[in-house]
Amino acid sequence: MPQSTLLTLLKVVFLICSTLAGEESEEESQSQHHHAETNLTDAFIVRLNWHHVENPYLVVLWIFVAGVAKIFVAQLNARLKSFFPESGLLIICGFILGGIVWGADKAQTFKLEPRNFFYFLLPQIILDTGYFMPNKLFFSNLGAILVHAVIGTCWNAGAVGVSLWGCYLGGAMGDLNIGLLQFLLFGSLLAAVDPVAVIAVFEEVHVNEVLFIWVFGESLLNDGVTVVLYNVFDAFVSLGGSKINAGEIIKGIVSFFVVSFGGSLIGVAFAIIISLLTKYTGKVQIIEAGFIFVLGYLSYLTAEMLSLSAILSVTFCGVCCQKYVNANMDEKSVTAVRYAMKVFANGSETMIFVFLGVTAIDNVIWVWNTGFICLTILFAIVYRFIGVFTLTWMLNRYRLVPIEVIDQLVMSYGGLRGAVAYGLAASLDETRIKEKNLIISTTLIVVYFTVVIQGLTMKPLVKWLKVKRVEPTELKLIAKVNNRACEHILAAMEDIAGRIGDNWWTRGWKRFEDTYITWFLMKPEARKNKDYLFSIFHKLNLEDAVNYVAEGEKRGSLAFLRNGDRTNVDFDKKFGMEFSGVMPDITSELDYGIDNVPMTSIRRDSIPSVSLDIHEQDMKDMNEDFNAHHLLQQHLYRSRKNHRHKYSRSDFKINQSEDEVQEIFQRTMRSRLESFKSAKMGVSPAKKITKHPKPSQKMSNGKSTDTSKSYPYGDEDFEFSEVDSAYSGDAAAAGGSSPMRAPPYTVGAGIENPAFMPEMDTPPPPWLTEVETDTSVAPSQRAQRQLPWSPTNLQRLTPLRISNRSTDSFVMADVPAAQDSPEEPPEDGSQQDGTHM
Amino acid sequence: MGSTSSTLAKIPNAEDLMQETGFTPAHLVRLYDRFKVLDKDKKGFLTPQDFVAIKELAMNPICDRIIGAFFTSGGETLDFPSFVRILAHFRPIDKNRPKEPTSPDPINSRSNKLKFAFQLYDQDKDGKISRHELLQVLRAMLEKQVTEEQLESIADRTIQEADLDRDDAISFEEFRKSLEKVNIDHKMSIRFLR
Repeated sequence: MPQSTLLTLLKVVFLICSTLAGEESEEESQSQHHHAETNLTDAFIVRLNWHHVENPYLVVLWIFVAGVAKIFVAQLNARLKSFFPESGLLIICGFILGGIVWGADKAQTFKLEPRNFFYFLLPQIILDTGYFMPNKLFFSNLGAILVHAVIGTCWNAGAVGVSLWGCYLGGAMGDLNIGLLQFLLFGSLLAAVDPVAVIAVFEEVHVNEVLFIWVFGESLLNDGVTVVLYNVFDAFVSLGGSKINAGEIIKGIVSFFVVSFGGSLIGVAFAIIISLLTKYTGKVQIIEAGFIFVLGYLSYLTAEMLSLSAILSVTFCGVCCQKYVNANMDEKSVTAVRYAMKVFANGSETMIFVFLGVTAIDNVIWVWNTGFICLTILFAIVYRFIGVFTLTWMLNRYRLVPIEVIDQLVMSYGGLRGAVAYGLAASLDETRIKEKNLIISTTLIVVYFTVVIQGLTMKPLVKWLKVKRVEPTELKLIAKVNNRACEHILAAMEDIAGRIGDNWWTRGWKRFEDTYITWFLMKPEARKNKDYLFSIFHKLNLEDAVNYVAEGEKRGSLAFLRNGDRTNVDFDKKFGMEFSGVMPDITSELDYGIDNVPMTSIRRDSIPSVSLDIHEQDMKDMNEDFNAHHLLQQHLYRSRKNHRHKYSRSDFKINQSEDEVQEIFQRTMRSRLESFKSAKMGVSPAKKITKHPKPSQKMSNGKSTDTSKSYPYGDEDFEFSEVDSAYSGDAAAAGGSSPMRAPPYTVGAGIENPAFMPEMDTPPPPWLTEVETDTSVAPSQRAQRQLPWSPTNLQRLTPLRISNRSTDSFVMADVPAAQDSPEEPPEDGSQQDGTHM
Repeated sequence: MGSTSSTLAKIPNAEDLMQETGFTPAHLVRLYDRFKVLDKDKKGFLTPQDFVAIKELAMNPICDRIIGAFFTSGGETLDFPSFVRILAHFRPIDKNRPKEPTSPDPINSRSNKLKFAFQLYDQDKDGKISRHELLQVLRAMLEKQVTEEQLESIADRTIQEADLDRDDAISFEEFRKSLEKVNIDHKMSIRFLR
């Protein structure tokens, strides 16, 4: 139902917009006249200034509509069990929208202009793919990718063109005003395997990483190659067949290489500029993220200006700058870039697909020629298969791990054509190419066919062929350590065997990079902690910390954080040590809450790192992180929100001094450390349950008055270091609803945590039954994951806590009914945990 | 240097070695030449000093361990068959070659590759990677900027991840299990040995 209402809503929006546009164009002069008149005669309060805003208004409206279409598609897709590829659905949405416009205007008002496409929609998508390129995988497969992208594309273009020409001569298409060169031009524009369409389909399928990078890298680079080929043939066509001699052909070949390598070099040059710039943006952090976009776009335009390959330029710009930029920029800026990049890329991808659909609703462009169209589809597919199989067969002879036949099949089948092909077709010159409309309509049909039909069948095919997919792997430090060791071992073995192999090159490049490039392009402080293993370690720790808190919250209390029994001490010890190195980062992340936490930096790669997932991965993980952070933000540091009144354009941290935050954090850590010490020295740690609710209630109330000024973390003043006296006004208020239960759990060394108060009121801890017996109700998958120590410990911890609780008279009084249920499960739970590990 | 002078005939027990390691004659000849180059004094065997003389190898952070792996039996000499056998660990696993059920695990099998890696950590050969042993490897491999404390916590965490029986050490079984998802064939193979 909501979908249909949405649809009607959309239609209404559409009708309004399109009729407005139509009316205005008809009555343009009239209305302007009218405006001028009213202007002169009398004062007005409001009036319709459509013409002032028409263009930007339509652009924004279309963006909005495309966004709504995307929401619609995503909703629909959830119902269809992701059976249909999103890109295909968006195209179909485009058909509908185009139909509505058509119905309103009786003419095609909107379509995808090649100029708009190449200058405003494509660059950010390519920049995004370059920037998120899994570099290691890309460069280690670069040879194969280049072979496919260059030779494969030329083969496709040539073979399709020549075969169509042959069929034309054979009379399969009737009478057309078209020659060999035009056929070759057509073949070249059709050879573009479209990265947008390919990623959109492949990332939903999650094929294995080598296959993914082959298809993806090929589609990305072959776009550049196609554009170059297209330009060469376009030049030939305008020269005319008779004037083409050997010299011209050689020129064409030379220009092919100059254009592609020149474009790539421009990209690398801009990558260097970006990296250098970000070295010096420390003082203007707030805009440093913008440089990536501005310079990335500039690299595109510069290459275009020099008639070099713009796509290759922006690709290599993204690929080369990512490492240094990420190291140089502030972590928050990195997050900003990542998300902004995805927003732009995802947005224009949606726009492109919708407009591919809208464009089709037009009576001008459609020229039907059964022979031509069918043969084109046939040849495009057949030659793709032949090309992929031949090239892979050749490459396999030199590969460590050969590409299997099934993978080759999927790779061939994944040759989706997309908007680039259409863009090139639409920018053909009608005076030279007489059959432009036939070419456009054929291209569109090929695009629809590949995106919708092939995209639709891709998933079943992958399943049916049992293509090796990526398994979601857990990030493990030991695996990374071992990988590092293996690299050294292999390099050593190559030395011993006395031959120059891949590892020799890798090592050589690494040394060169370490000594010169990082020195040139990285900030000194970024150079310091760039060791990969350490950053992995850091990332895992952050993840654990977040999980730990999230888990605790799910269980209703953070009490376990400092009840100081054995397992907890273990945690404190481990983390206490780590915090010494990691502390600054943690503080900086905790204190700004959800706005700034680099979610991506702490998310677990449930899907391989190679997947350039624009949609799924981020969204899935983001939701989880978002929830956790949202909770943190809301409850842990709530009172500080009250101070946030000021506005600052250049800063997020408004009136929280860095010192304050540091202070809070350090105190927290200190109190934990103390609890750890006391536990170690044999002081009984089980003091979290205060048996005198009234006094401590008062205490907390009294305390609450001065929370606005400072954070009462003076744990030392109190009887037990781990019993947190800090009870903010909020917490006390929340506690008011349950005066008896609240005080014993005034926990949260350094953390005011009103959020947990209500949960204290539900005495039979719901998680006991829910989490341990029926995991399906657990809200977060992440929380269920068995981490090296934290969750296990949590599960071990809780039974202890429960037993304390159940003997507590308050609990008895409060929950007579639920008494027996908490007693049983803890045993089960701890046993289960044992087997888990 | 005699790079082309060798033929298969000159290599003692060539047939058996090929059978055992799966190397082709071309590989074997090549390795034999390399062996003779490394063996500067024409002793007929290699010593650790011969390995240290390889300039690139000497720069390897875990070079002593790798050299140590060649001299596992405790002796100071390494003859050609042992040399080949060690290198055979790094031959890619070939799926096409028919697997005879009777034959033992080939040298380049997954578990043998893992064993080779494992023994590089396990210097005292007690079948376990202790915290101390891991720390040594990490210290060698990580860059200078990582402090000793950080190093220790990395080691702790690493052990924690793999350690199933909570004895603060990684046994081979634990090592194998924790690397189950890793494509060892990929990570421990050299292309030109195919």
